[in-house]
Amino acid sequence: METGAATERVETYRMRRWSVRNARLLKSLYSVLEWILVLCNPLLRLIGYERLDKPFVKAESLAKGFLLDSQNCGQCIVGFTGLSCPMNCPKKMRNGPCGGVRADGHCEVKPGMPCVWVLAWEGNQRLREEEIPLQVVQPPVDHRLIGRSAWLREVRIRVGSGSHAV
Amino acid sequence: MQFEDEPLVPGDPLPIRPGHSSFGRFERVLRAGGFAVTAEIAPPDSANPAEVYERAALFDGHVDAMNATDGSGANCHMSSVGMCSLLCRRGYAMVMQVSARDRNRIAIQGDVLGAAAMGVASILCLTGDGVDVGDHPGAKPVFDLDCMSMLSMIRGMRDESRFLSGRKLTEPPRVFLGAAANPFAPPLDYRPLRLAKKVAAGAQFVQTQYCFDMEMLERYMAAVRDAGTHEKVFILAGVGPLASARSAEWIRSNVPGIRIPDAVIRRLKGAQNQQREGVNICIDMIRQIREIQGVHGIHIMAYRQEHRVAEIVERSGVLDGRQPWRPALDWRNAEWDRGHPTVPDAPTRTAMEKVS
Repeated sequence: METGAATERVETYRMRRWSVRNARLLKSLYSVLEWILVLCNPLLRLIGYERLDKPFVKAESLAKGFLLDSQNCGQCIVGFTGLSCPMNCPKKMRNGPCGGVRADGHCEVKPGMPCVWVLAWEGNQRLREEEIPLQVVQPPVDHRLIGRSAWLREVRIRVGSGSHAV
Repeated sequence: MQFEDEPLVPGDPLPIRPGHSSFGRFERVLRAGGFAVTAEIAPPDSANPAEVYERAALFDGHVDAMNATDGSGANCHMSSVGMCSLLCRRGYAMVMQVSARDRNRIAIQGDVLGAAAMGVASILCLTGDGVDVGDHPGAKPVFDLDCMSMLSMIRGMRDESRFLSGRKLTEPPRVFLGAAANPFAPPLDYRPLRLAKKVAAGAQFVQTQYCFDMEMLERYMAAVRDAGTHEKVFILAGVGPLASARSAEWIRSNVPGIRIPDAVIRRLKGAQNQQREGVNICIDMIRQIREIQGVHGIHIMAYRQEHRVAEIVERSGVLDGRQPWRPALDWRNAEWDRGHPTVPDAPTRTAMEKVS
């Protein structure tokens, strides 16, 4: 590989690395945000969750796109994965690393990219939680939710209205 | 190994014993405490069943089950459902590999039912290689599920008799569920936990990536034992003969996830007959693996060296005098073994007119 490609690769994944290093901070920030949103539930319901979906997706993809290279799957699980977005895995693995991770911790399919699960394991260790969130078996992606707001979905699940799907 | 309740017709299911999930011989061997031997059977690039039977016959009497690969390395071959259906009807114990790369949840669940109906008693859930490394790099990578969600989905079909959607099945697939494990790829400290997660998702047996680095395998197994995972899952260590020092070096630098220590390559380089030495190394590895506590068997992947599997099993003494099931000899000359009956020449118009 040329040095040009090598520097570019470091630039490209800098934010992802920063996010897993600061997994604890980001997770706490999100908890605060979710707490506020849950409090705002009556207001959100008044305006209408459907109507709010689009602006929320915009905000989410700005924030999570910048920090995590989020792929807007609409069913975010970065809280379980040490703040490393698993949808950046070329195999879309949401339950842990495949057996093809290179010895340097990079991806088998995209050799220039650090494996999202190697990052997830790093971030996971920063969380220092009693249970290892990485061990929760995640269900397959609901393709109907792709491109919708994961935050609003989370709030609706919290307040007990709205189904998991859509 | 013949069980006392073997069916009269080879290929018919064995009675399911209490505590067992499947009607298969492979699960029985493991649960009876045998050190199991499985081998990978390469599917042909052909529609001829005779080629499948020939490949299977190479392992007769030496393995407890065969793994039919599912588009391994993202290359196109006969399907694992097809391979397993043909061989199960002969009485062979098959492990059907299912890769999440090519099919979505609708197709996979359908295949699981179809395969179980055809006699498949063991299924190995894999995420699969990326399409980029195979012969159809332009194909759509599906990855609707991953190995973990596939395990829990098929377990749900078996134990709750339901599709993932919740819709009821009239008869569940009685399958023994397996997964792959790689103790040699980063993040290394997470690998034993990942095994535990697969067990939690439904894995009852695992087959590992090629083990050439014994120290690393020992460390991995020590962590697995500390967590008590070896008591909840049958672990089969992957082994295989290296063809030469050159091919070992190629694998080391081109196939991510396989670790080959320098000592192994040096030993190959120093040998007069490198291919023979590859077999010797494999046999030594098997003997070392046999001594590791918590390992319940070996899985031999001898790609393009399938004819050496019998020798490896014999010389390593891994079976301890136990004889795995083998098909009755009289199957060999069955009509279908010779392949599809074909007409040497297309019938001419006059010949057809004569008939009518």
